[in-house]
Amino acid sequence: MTDEELKPHFTPGQHVRVRWATPPGHVRTPWYIRGHRGVVERLCGAYPNPEELAYARSGKPRQPLYRVRFAQREVWPDYAGTPADTVDLEIYQHWLEPAEDSNP
Amino acid sequence: MTDHHDHDHPHATLPDAADKLTYYQTMEVAVRELLIEKGILTADEVRRQVEDMDGRNAGLGGKMVARAWLDKEYKQRMLGDGNAAAEEVGLDHGAYKLIVVENTPDVHNVIVCKLCSCYPRWLLGLPPDWYKSRNYRSRVVREPRSVLREFGLELPDQVTVRVHDSNADMRYLVLPLRPGGTEGWSEEQLANLATRDSMIGVALADDPNPK
Repeated sequence: MTDEELKPHFTPGQHVRVRWATPPGHVRTPWYIRGHRGVVERLCGAYPNPEELAYARSGKPRQPLYRVRFAQREVWPDYAGTPADTVDLEIYQHWLEPAEDSNP
Repeated sequence: MTDHHDHDHPHATLPDAADKLTYYQTMEVAVRELLIEKGILTADEVRRQVEDMDGRNAGLGGKMVARAWLDKEYKQRMLGDGNAAAEEVGLDHGAYKLIVVENTPDVHNVIVCKLCSCYPRWLLGLPPDWYKSRNYRSRVVREPRSVLREFGLELPDQVTVRVHDSNADMRYLVLPLRPGGTEGWSEEQLANLATRDSMIGVALADDPNPK
């Protein structure tokens, strides 16, 4: 870690889980994806933390941002489409933790 | 006008905007006037920015799509680095990072911003009202196939639907499938088939020979 930017902890293909948390304030992790398991699709780079930026702070160190792919049936147990359907979201590293195989 | 309309009777005058400003409208006016008073911005700069934004439309995205349909190597570069591909066709992307997702015969992509209305405005112009509606935002992540059906797009089960929630720093463009019957078409002709909705993913590119 530097003062400016955190090192990425996850790599594409890795299974991850979105933390279940309900912090107050401006959060860009949608409610519907919290607690769900997916697979890292790509690392998008590092960006100022929006939870800090929203309160006029620097947002540093920048947080690695990932695109994570979730199986729709994992997110919505009663999903009406086919098992292969997915939803991808952008999740900052501090919202992710390693997970077992999620069968996306 | 052939009809003579005497103005000897009173008309109710219609205001061209609601009489009362909302909280955020008032705040916008206050902040804008302060920035101008303090000499940080000029009114003309604000006007220019609005004019520039209003002048943008999906034709810019269509240019990238048409180029990708014609040039496989450009398409590969575009899928690897959307910003660089935008620069190649002379588009200024500003601070945003563009991710291009490719439709294939087996995969259909659709874009949403569940939390608000993130949209590649610099590439497609201002987003349609429905894109910002709570109905679209909450339903397309949950039941994309029914929402696409309401837009007139029925996808068979063997086509995988990938929803992309534009919830943070990326912006997205769908590269639609090139319609059949367009062999030998020029880039300009092809660009007209890549409609706004096909680049959001709620429709296919226009069919030049509809049945």
